[in-house]
Formats: sequence, structure tokens, C-alpha cells
Amino acid sequence: MRLPCPICGERDRREFYYQGAATLAHRPSPDAGGEAWNDYVHLRDNPAGETRDLWFHEAGCGAWLVVTRDTVTHEIKGAELLERANAD
Amino acid sequence: MRIDGKGRIDRSKEISFKFDGLTYQGFGGDTVASALMGAGVRLLGRSFKYHRPRGVLTAGSEEPNALITMHSGDKTDPNVRATTQELYEGLQARSQNRWPSLGLDLLSLNNLAAPFFGAGFYYKTFMWPKPFWEKVYEPLIRRAAGLGALSGERPSDRYEKAFAFCDVLVIGGGASGLMAALSAAKTGADVILCQEEAEFGGRLLSETEEVDAQEGADWAASVVAELEAMENVRLMPRTSVTGAYDQGTFGALERVAHHLPYSLGRPTECFWRIVAKRSVLCAGSLERHIAFQNNDIPGIMMAGSMRSYLNRWGVAPGEPIAVFGNNDDAHRTARDMAEAGLHVVALIDSRHDAENKAGDVPFYPGHQVAKGHGFRGLEAITLRAPNGSESKLHVQGLGVSGGWNPSVHLTCHMNGRPVWNEDILAFVPREGAIPGMTVAGAANGAFSTAGCLAQGAAAGLEAARDLGFKGELPAVPVAEDTPYRQGRLWAVEGKGRAWLDFQNDVTVKDIKQAAVENYRSVEHMKRYTTQGMATDQGKSSNVSALAVLADVTGRDIPETGTTTFRPPYVPVSIAAMGAGGADKGFAPERFTTSHKATVERGAPMIEAGLWYRPSYYPAQGETTWRQSCDREVNMVRSTVGICDVSTLGKIDLQGKDVGAFLDFVYTNSFSKLKPGRVRYGLMLREDGHVMDDGTTARLSENQWVMTTTTAAAGLVMRHLEWVHQALCPQMDVRFTSVTEQWAQFAVAGPKSRELLNSLLDAPIDDESFPFMQNGEVSVMGVKARLFRISFSGEHAYEIAVPSRYGDSLYRELVARAEAMDGGAYGMEALNVLRIEKGHITHAEIHGRVTAFDIGFGKMVSAKKDCVGKTMSERPGLLEDDREMLVGLRPVGAIKEIPAGAHVFETDAEPTRVNDLGYVTSTCFSPTLGEVRALGFVRNGRARHGDKLKLVDHLRGVETVVEVTDPVAFDVDGGRLRG
Repeated sequence: MRLPCPICGERDRREFYYQGAATLAHRPSPDAGGEAWNDYVHLRDNPAGETRDLWFHEAGCGAWLVVTRDTVTHEIKGAELLERANAD
Repeated sequence: MRIDGKGRIDRSKEISFKFDGLTYQGFGGDTVASALMGAGVRLLGRSFKYHRPRGVLTAGSEEPNALITMHSGDKTDPNVRATTQELYEGLQARSQNRWPSLGLDLLSLNNLAAPFFGAGFYYKTFMWPKPFWEKVYEPLIRRAAGLGALSGERPSDRYEKAFAFCDVLVIGGGASGLMAALSAAKTGADVILCQEEAEFGGRLLSETEEVDAQEGADWAASVVAELEAMENVRLMPRTSVTGAYDQGTFGALERVAHHLPYSLGRPTECFWRIVAKRSVLCAGSLERHIAFQNNDIPGIMMAGSMRSYLNRWGVAPGEPIAVFGNNDDAHRTARDMAEAGLHVVALIDSRHDAENKAGDVPFYPGHQVAKGHGFRGLEAITLRAPNGSESKLHVQGLGVSGGWNPSVHLTCHMNGRPVWNEDILAFVPREGAIPGMTVAGAANGAFSTAGCLAQGAAAGLEAARDLGFKGELPAVPVAEDTPYRQGRLWAVEGKGRAWLDFQNDVTVKDIKQAAVENYRSVEHMKRYTTQGMATDQGKSSNVSALAVLADVTGRDIPETGTTTFRPPYVPVSIAAMGAGGADKGFAPERFTTSHKATVERGAPMIEAGLWYRPSYYPAQGETTWRQSCDREVNMVRSTVGICDVSTLGKIDLQGKDVGAFLDFVYTNSFSKLKPGRVRYGLMLREDGHVMDDGTTARLSENQWVMTTTTAAAGLVMRHLEWVHQALCPQMDVRFTSVTEQWAQFAVAGPKSRELLNSLLDAPIDDESFPFMQNGEVSVMGVKARLFRISFSGEHAYEIAVPSRYGDSLYRELVARAEAMDGGAYGMEALNVLRIEKGHITHAEIHGRVTAFDIGFGKMVSAKKDCVGKTMSERPGLLEDDREMLVGLRPVGAIKEIPAGAHVFETDAEPTRVNDLGYVTSTCFSPTLGEVRALGFVRNGRARHGDKLKLVDHLRGVETVVEVTDPVAFDVDGGRLRG
């Protein structure tokens, strides 16, 4: 498996640390309530198909990435810097 | 037997080798299989279950029978296919799965008991009595069944891994692969061509048909020469591509030194990971057998392989010879054998309408071979005429062809299913099954040489063009283009055992039995009968077996489907796949700058992650670790001790927003910390539990240095990057790990300042360096960082210098400490010192505790948000029945508190439901003269002074303990400020 790091180019997945669903980047405000926080910390979708998840280029540039991929076909549709993804 | 004038072997180069202790002669270019066939050896192995005599079936890596063990002792290499092992002078091989010898195998008694050993036998028979399975049945079965065995010794040969990248990977170096590589390479694309065998050419090396009016092998050699001259081409002979993985990644096994008598420093094998933008699969095709009674007798082999042995190696399994097939290709074998002067007594074709393409040989259209005769070698066959009448023909060799299966395996590695092609009665690859891969030649169902050459040329060019390279189709050479015709015949009707999977001893009857017992799914049938398992993965038998299953279940083949082909395509030794990952490759060693000096002092080292740290420093006369540890603790409490603390994570943070950033990652506030000061901080995970702790010093307005625990250094670094990039990218913060760049030593004890002042160029005092102060100092002319912090609870400092000064500073510190009756201390003493002081480590903050649990609830600032704060305030995490950090001291008759023991009310049964808590850290405190421990107890902060029952179920210890404050020594902290 190879991931296209926007900074380093396409790299082997062994260079990356896998974190989980990209929803983790959308932290609720402290007063968002128990349900929102439970959802944020504990609940994840398990899609058959397109998924967006977080990878850390730990053995590379140190950038956190949002990778869009397909869990069925294993196709990697793209990767962008987390900072940029959040800005959009 | 050797055939004069045939073969591509070097008859001027005689090679002697040993098989089962006997010496044989072969020639340069031989494999072990061809050399033994040349020497008249037909029996090469015994089958897995019934120990039936078996000989060479194929001429390639798909071989199920002719498995041998190479070498001996720590170089033992089992299950090597004799058909692929190149011969060299002095080679030593032995047969497998026989006892006491290959000729007289007593375990072949299994064969006589065969009626009881059919499919599912193990599952049904060895059920009772139950304890017998492990003690009696399984060892017996394992003794009797099996392939080659490992030596049990640590291998002394070397394996490697390597990585390669290319534009176009061509898999297979036969006619199609050579053309694909050539047309892709001519566009300028980077090409890798992998060929399983030592020589390129594939079937061209085995056929007599010409290519461009020259011998096929010569044409192949000319293309190889052309490719070799191109800088953008990498030829990889002896390399099997074993698997296709995501995003164009392939595994490949290169046999680097298997063909050499001495490795000359080379690795035995190299496992490659090849990344290719496009790939062209030219893996060819594999011939399949026809099942009939006793079709496994040595001397019966694939017709195409028989032709290979004749044309490539100049050998035959014996004379006279017959050929039995259901397709035109089998006729070539009869033709070539006859032309070579061998006595061909019959060409038997199951098709009634077949025409003889073999020339002047006795031809039997519409006939079948009903039975093989002979035990250790073929002696005769029973020929069955269309009217059912049978006659016996005396033959030594029989070539069988049930048609050809395209090698679709790699196209199935990413869940692709092959497609049934009724024209060639075989599965062909599904288009697009592997992204970026095209399939050409026989692997794609094109069985003529002309078809292979044309498809290969087109596929290679297309792959390169797809990447933007420009080029034209190279001239495709003229070659035979005969249509492939085949009749349907999987198994000949009749009694007795007709073999499908030779390696696992699966018969037609077993498949039928599986269907009768409702294992009708092909995957269930496989697991019930073991069809297609083990080293050959059923390459020559799978399709026939599922065709038989389809017949008996009344379905067609596409409906029946195939089993799933998974990597690796050929067996890969674990040593090759894991090359570089053993021992220190698996766990590299990290050494501190004081390592050498520490080892010189005889300190036993213990692992801390990948780091090595001293356990204790034995002094003269000390015989146990406890003596050293107690002395070192007393030394720190009375004079001064030195300890390397460089393994703690050190992160340099810079920027104007570091304070605000730290406010968010730590529970407590940092932004108001003044330059020159240090603060202890606690980090939570977002779920409210403690992640790590440590001190952070503000060196100047915009530069800070954070320390983490040794264990969590990487985790915290990743976490900081996460928090910055995901949650507060607007902050002006940059950070980097400087753990390796600074050597840092604790100088602890009442005389620590006195020692430091003997080294510092400008002395310090309480005013310039109060507790929790930091600053730059000069040590013998070297700039250093000094922190007045304490893990031991004593008046203590940590001094950091650039790593290159670490060794000399450590030696200097220890020498001066010793002159003051102090010295070096290790992890054991460090642990005792911190337990006495109630300081936590990851033994306490083990991932399931909150700030509230460890008594740091007030450190979670109410004035600001931080990571984990919201979730740490969940009601369930703030209740009185939480397990809270406490100290423990023994008050029962037994003065022990083992770590991991649990505590209960004194009158309660020590069972799980009554559990009140557990011990996390324990030590003998020489300072207090008794055992002291830290642990967690339900509502522990309200229970100081209570007595509890302590039980260690594992070690069988039971005693009474008193719950205390976690801080057992110098509760008001006067010593560290003094």
C-alpha cells in the first residue's frame, strides 16, 4: 500500500502511522454536550466504500494527512495536508 | 535415461552430486530432476498421506512430487523442488517423508489402509477418547504425514530484503514477457523483467518450433542481449514474483545463491518489494493432468514437461513411451520423442475426431488410459478402446496432457475472480483485476507462439504509452500459430484411486465423497479434502478437481467457481520475507552517551523500550542487586548520586504561541511561566485519561524544552503534531525532538550543589538557582543547560550538554561524586527513591487512570480548555468509588507486597467481586527500613490508615497492608528545596 504524501510524494505505508477516521479533526466545543463528545471520542462509521482517514507521516515529513480511499477496492483517491483540509 | 544429441546442456561439463547418499553424474545446465532422470532414477519422494512412491511430474515450480531437502545441519533447506534446483558440483540432497528409506518406506502401510483414510478421515476418526488427540493421535499423524522438516537449528545462511521501482514491471520472461519488455523499454520507460528460471525464454527453451527462422532459444538469447544493453532495463533472473499488492506493489523472491556451491558472501535469497506504475503479467500457463487409476506412478508425467526434459535437458523417464492427451499439444510430445529416436508405442487421444499431428507413431483416437501398472515405477498401462475393450501396453514413460491452465494467480491476489473460457476449457484473468496490470500471452489464454509474441509486444507498448512514453510496435517475429484444440476430459471412468492432487493425496473419490457429505462449495471441498494445499497450492490439479466437483454436483464450472489464489505464488522462506527483521533488526539498541562508562563499571543493563539503562552498579563485596540498590539509595539520600536521564524524551518548542499551545496540551497552565522557570505538567488523552507527564522549562521568551517519559517520547511527539496541525494550526509553534542531541544527567543528593560548583565556571546558589529554576551555565568551558528539578525528592539538578560531551561529563561527574562518598546509581535505586516519594511512572499512569485517580484533579485547570478536559469531567470519572493512588505498607506477619497483588477487605473472600484495588510498584525502602508500595484502592484517599487484606494469587502470598499517603518520605518536601 502506498500513500501520496503531498509533501514527500508517494511513499510506502510503513512510513505512516494510522490514526483513524478524519472526523477526529472536528473537535466539539467544550460545552457541546455529552452526546456530541461521546460521538467524537468513541463512535466511528465503518463504511464499505469511500472513507477519509488520518495518517501521520511519522518516518517522513511529520505531516498529518487526510487520505481518501476505498475500503472495498483499496483505491487511494487522494491525500491532503490536514491543515489544508481543515481550512477548507 | 540420457538421449544423445538432444538438450541444451553442456556435456563437456560433468557435475557429480549426491542424492540419498549415492553419487550421480549430471551436466552443466541440469536441474536435480533432469540429472536424476538422466541417471535413471524415477523414485524421488513419497506422498504426504499414503507414502505412495512418486517421481517427477513437471519441469517447473509447480512440482508437487519431487521435493527434496538440501544440505544438512544449520543449512538444511527442506521442500526444495528438484525441478527448479540447478545442479552444481558437490550438491547434496535427500528425499523426504520416508522411513527408514525411500525404497523401503514402512509408513507406506498407510497405503494399504487407504480405504479408511479418505477425505474427512481425521475429523471423523480421532474423536474419542478426547485426551488421546493431543497425546497419541496428533503426534502419530504428524510422524507419518508431512513434507520436509526444518533442522531446528539457527540458520547460518544469510537472507536479504531489497526495494526496486520501475515504470513497467514485466512478470515472466518467456516469449510474451521478452516482447513486452522489449517494446516497453524501447519507449524509454524503466523496465524490470522478472523471470523465475535462470534462463530467459520460457517454453521456447522446450520447443522445437522456430521463431524468425531460428531456434526459439537463440531468438530469446538475442532479445536478452538487446535488453541487457539498454540502461533502462533491469533483468532479474531466478526471481519469482510472489504477490500483487495495493498501489502497484509486488513481492518477488530472488534465489541468489541456491545454484552455487559456495555463497561467497552472497545472501541465499533476497526478498524484493517492487513498486511499478504498470505491470504486464506474462506468467505463461501450466499443464494439467488427467485422473485415472494409478496415474501417480513414477514415470507418468505431464506431456509438456516430458517434452521439456527431452528438448532442454536431453533426458527421458524411460522407454518405451506413450502419450495420452485430450488436445493437440500432446501430439508434439509424441512427435518430438519419436523424432529423437525414442520408441513411442502409442499416441492416445481421448477425442474421437482427433487427427494425428505426430507423424509416424501408432495413433489411438477415442481411446483412454484406464490404469497405470507398476509400483515404484511405471511398467505398463491399460488402454481402453472406444468400445470399452481393454488391452495392456508395456511402457516405462507416459506423458499426459489434460490441457493447459493460464497462470492467472497474480490477477486474483486483490480479490479478482478469473473468468471461465469455454473455448480453451480454462480460466482466464478478469480484465482490470489488478489496477495497472495487463495480461499477455499464455497467461491470457493465447496458446500459440505467434499469439504470445504479438500480445506481449502490444501489452508492453500500451503500458509504457499509458505513462506518457512514446514509441511504436517493434517488429513481431514470425512463429507458429496453430490453433489450440481440446476435448473435455477430466477423469477417466473406472474403479480404484485416480489422483488429482498429488501432494495431498486427493483422489476423484475424495471429491465425490465431499460432495456427498454436502461440502459442495469449492472452498468447503478444498478444506475438507485438502485439495490444493501445501507447497504447490494445487497448481496442476485445482481446475480438474473443481471440474469433477462441478460434474458430481450437477453444476457447470463457472457456477462452481475457483478457490481463492493468495500470495505467495511460490513458497517463500520466512527467513527471506522477514530478512533484516530478526534480533537487532527487530529491536535496535539505543545507547546513551554514558553506556560505555556504565558497562565498564560492570552494571547489568536493562531494556527501557529500545534503550539500555543500568540496573545497578555492583561495588566490591556486593553479591546481590539489593545490596547495591540499598547502598545507592542511601548514597543519594546522604551525599550525591549521578544518573543518566537522557532517555527521557526532549522536545524543543519555539514560537510566540508556545505558552498558549502548552496550556492546551497540558491540564495545568504554562503561559504565565516565566523564562528561567520549570513546571511539572500532566497531559491527558481526549478521553480524559492520563497520557503522560513531565517537566517543561521555559528557556527564554520564545524557546521551551519539554521532557516526556522514556516510554512515551514518540507518542507525545506525534500527539503534539496532531494537536498543532489538527486543532490549532493558527498558532505560531514549531517543535522538534532533541532527545538524541542532549546528554542529560541527574545530580541528586544533599551534596549535589557542592559537586556542581566544583565543575561550573560560575558557582550557583539558592538565590540564583532555587527549586524549579533553569538556566544556561558553563561547565569547564562548555555551554550547558541546568535544571533544578528532582525525581528523587532530594536537592537535585539535571545538567544537559550536547551529546558529544556526554561521555566525558558523565565520567567527570561520577569521579567527583565518588570523591564525596557518592557515585553512580541505577534504575533500581531510582525506582526506590521515587516510590518513597510517591512519584508516579507509567506503572501508575497505565492508560486507565485519570488525574482525579492519581490525586491530581486540581491540576486540571478550571480556567481554560485542554485536551481531555471535557471527558475527564464525566460524572463516572469523579466518584468516590474510583480506584485512587495510595501508598501501602505491610503490617501483617509477612512483610512483602508483590506488584500485581490485589487488596480486599480483611474479612472478604479474595475473589474478583470483592476486589478493592491492586499494587503497581513496590520496593524495599532502606530509608524507612520496610517494604513500601504504590497502588490503587477504591476510595483510597479516604482510607489512609485502614488495614486491608493483600493477596497475590499468582505467587501464593497473603498478608495485611495499611493504606497510607502515596508520599512516604519527606512529606513536606523540605529536602528538595533545601
